[in-house]
Amino acid sequence: MEIFNSLLPELIRIVVCAVCGAVIVFGNALVMGYAERKLAGRIMLRPGPMEVGFHGLYQLVVDGLKLMGKQLVIPVNADKPLYMLAPLLAFAPVFVPLLVLPFSEKIQGFDLDIGMLVILAFASINVLAILIGGWSSNNKYSLFGAIRSVAQNVAYEIPMLISLLAIVFMTNTFSLKEIAAAQSPVWFVVIQPLAFLIYIVAMVAETNRAPFDLPEAESELTAGFHTEYSGMSFSLFVLGEYANMFIVCSVATVFFLGGSSGIPLPFFEYTGIVWFLMKVYLLMFFLVWIRWTYPRTRFDQLMNFCWKYLIPFSLVNLLITVVMVKLV
Amino acid sequence: MSMDIEVLEDSSHHRYVLNMGPQHPSTHGVLRVLLELEGEYAMHLLPVLGYGHRCHEKIAEFKPAKSFMPNTARMDYLGALIYNHGFAQLLEKAVGIEVPERAEYIRVITSELNRIQSHLLWYGAYLLDLGAFTPIMYAFDDREHILDILEDVTGSRLTYCYFRVGGVSKDIDEKFVTKTRAFIDRLRSRYSLYETLVNGNVILENRLNDVGDLNPHTCNRYGITGPLLRGTGVAYDIRRAEPYSIYSQFDFEIPTATKGDCMASFMVRFRELEQSLRIIEQALDGLPEGPVMAAKVPKKLNIPAGDYNSSVESPRGELSFYLVSDGTDVPYRLKVRTPSYSNLSVVPEMCQGMLISDVVSAMGALDLVIPEIDR
Amino acid sequence: MKSYFSELFRGAWSLILGLKVTIKAMFSPIVTCQYPREKLEITPNYRGHIDLVKFADTGTHKCISCGSCMRECPSDCIVVEGEKREGVKGKVCVVFNLDFTKCSLCGACVEVCPTKTLDYSNDYELAGYERANFHFDLLKRVEERE
Repeated sequence: MEIFNSLLPELIRIVVCAVCGAVIVFGNALVMGYAERKLAGRIMLRPGPMEVGFHGLYQLVVDGLKLMGKQLVIPVNADKPLYMLAPLLAFAPVFVPLLVLPFSEKIQGFDLDIGMLVILAFASINVLAILIGGWSSNNKYSLFGAIRSVAQNVAYEIPMLISLLAIVFMTNTFSLKEIAAAQSPVWFVVIQPLAFLIYIVAMVAETNRAPFDLPEAESELTAGFHTEYSGMSFSLFVLGEYANMFIVCSVATVFFLGGSSGIPLPFFEYTGIVWFLMKVYLLMFFLVWIRWTYPRTRFDQLMNFCWKYLIPFSLVNLLITVVMVKLV
Repeated sequence: MSMDIEVLEDSSHHRYVLNMGPQHPSTHGVLRVLLELEGEYAMHLLPVLGYGHRCHEKIAEFKPAKSFMPNTARMDYLGALIYNHGFAQLLEKAVGIEVPERAEYIRVITSELNRIQSHLLWYGAYLLDLGAFTPIMYAFDDREHILDILEDVTGSRLTYCYFRVGGVSKDIDEKFVTKTRAFIDRLRSRYSLYETLVNGNVILENRLNDVGDLNPHTCNRYGITGPLLRGTGVAYDIRRAEPYSIYSQFDFEIPTATKGDCMASFMVRFRELEQSLRIIEQALDGLPEGPVMAAKVPKKLNIPAGDYNSSVESPRGELSFYLVSDGTDVPYRLKVRTPSYSNLSVVPEMCQGMLISDVVSAMGALDLVIPEIDR
Repeated sequence: MKSYFSELFRGAWSLILGLKVTIKAMFSPIVTCQYPREKLEITPNYRGHIDLVKFADTGTHKCISCGSCMRECPSDCIVVEGEKREGVKGKVCVVFNLDFTKCSLCGACVEVCPTKTLDYSNDYELAGYERANFHFDLLKRVEERE
């Protein structure tokens, strides 16, 4: 009983975190799905969804219902267990990074000493899901998408990590809360602009979004790795994608944009989340904006860009940072 | 076709076959291309045609030549008026009908509008192939103005049947002239948008430069014409090489590029927009008064025995109608030389050893209109 | 080395210019039209399927069942039948059917009509569930029209 009593607050905490995580994942998908379609519409000089609800506000809800009602088609020659596992694997791991994100000073699931590593580790499971999905569909287009995705994600994780490492060297911690707190006078985006730029590029590639959306390159691979997926299994991939966008943008916010810091509001320990979310969605807006602006890169050029520009630059940046930290 | 696949599959163990089409986002219609891949490199390509074949040439042998006019528009839905032009011209040549000058001017103006419309659609669709979703909407915004202008005079928006043997079916009015002039100004003001958003984009440059190299010799062997040929530096344009209609009266350039890659034909097409505008402008300035139909067009169009040819410059290259007559009003044989068909034939050679992404950009640069291939 | 950096900056600058174009577009007015809710005005010159004209002086069409349109039609989609009636000069049209599934809108019938009783309709919202929906009885249509 004593053990139970000591564990109870932890249990409640876990349940609350899980519920909040689910709210964030689904809420974010709704908001971003709607915002993306609206913004794409505005960029293309058309209004976007307008039919369901006021200015199409319920469009995403209705779409979700439609997807839930759809038949799950499993191709005859697919590897059935893996085929069913892939969307779950794309979707489930996105909850863990949400637990360690410091939304404000007090709103944080768990403040781990290895917060950054947890996030990066779980965010990369997505690649595995795409690989499994593409492979098990037994479709050549899917397989291409999967292979491209793996190569791209593995390559772009390197500059992403190195650019974040520069910050870690400066703050001497992996804990996201402390990193966010370390930027009280100046945000790291000012001190480390190069790392920020590298991170932004790598972030777009990590989330497989245009102009680096090669795994689902529509005009080349029809729909890439999710060609064979339908209904809910397809929407889990989409939910995972949007959640991943949220996570990488949150990481950028914590590492470069000062986390929840901003103009103080009442109860700032809690209301800092407003600033945090604002920064995150500003970055997400940027992701949407570039998606609807650029053509898609070619695969070899994408890799070239990573190896010829991003990795050398991030290494140089890291080196300079280390030297500066030592000197100062 | 299954045999072909087996043959391809057997040829090597680590190569495999990918079916691109007949339903694929980047083939723009029912073209099917068999790709024999090694990794992502296409080592062997085999275009498979015939999914949209409608026997247009055979249809022509069963009815009076003049009734074939609507069919020409269905062959190339993007250059319908230019096809009309070629066919009307063929019959006029065969029967010996003089077209009134005003009708010739109207034909040139509407044909050039049609050419711009076709180029704009290609522009948007090509960018869509390359993964940019927005430019097609901007191009369609402009294209819609042309469609409105042409709808007002021809009555339809895509598959026009406007030209008649001996002239055009309807005269243009003052409204048409003002609207066309307004459109010219509008399109000119939009160049900078296209140039900054698309043409100068570094990603696009990297996607197009040095992809799909052609040279004049290859073009000769395959009979490639149009912007692709002009992209290799050969200033060959039927409007200049064998001037038809009244094109010899206008002052316009033939844009060329030298490299022969996708970027070259891309820029040639883009610069052709301006040249077409120039022709329209001059034609509007010099528009004479008068009838739009020849006075005497016999009801039954008996074509004297013999063979006749008429070539025009379609947005995709040289378009020829070749007619053999046995003296009746029904053609004995009508052969249409469509540019897309010849241009497509280079794909197996041009795209060999390319990445799939490059195959998409190279085939997009051909500006294929599948109904024109499978006519 | 110099080109390495200059290329990078040139590329980055072109990307920034592209972003400028799209953000401008984001704040410019919408050019599309929400079709079933609002409709654009269609030009009176639009050529839909053919229809018999209702003349004001006679209150009906002037078809004399000469069959010119039927003969001229390249796709054989018009069927006209007339019959002799006592007390009426010429033939009276009793059947005028248009098979719109075959029509290619070339306009040959309209141009050949000696009484100018054929004209294009402005009807563009044509959609149906079966082919029979496009077999028009033009005589019925002209009567139903006011």
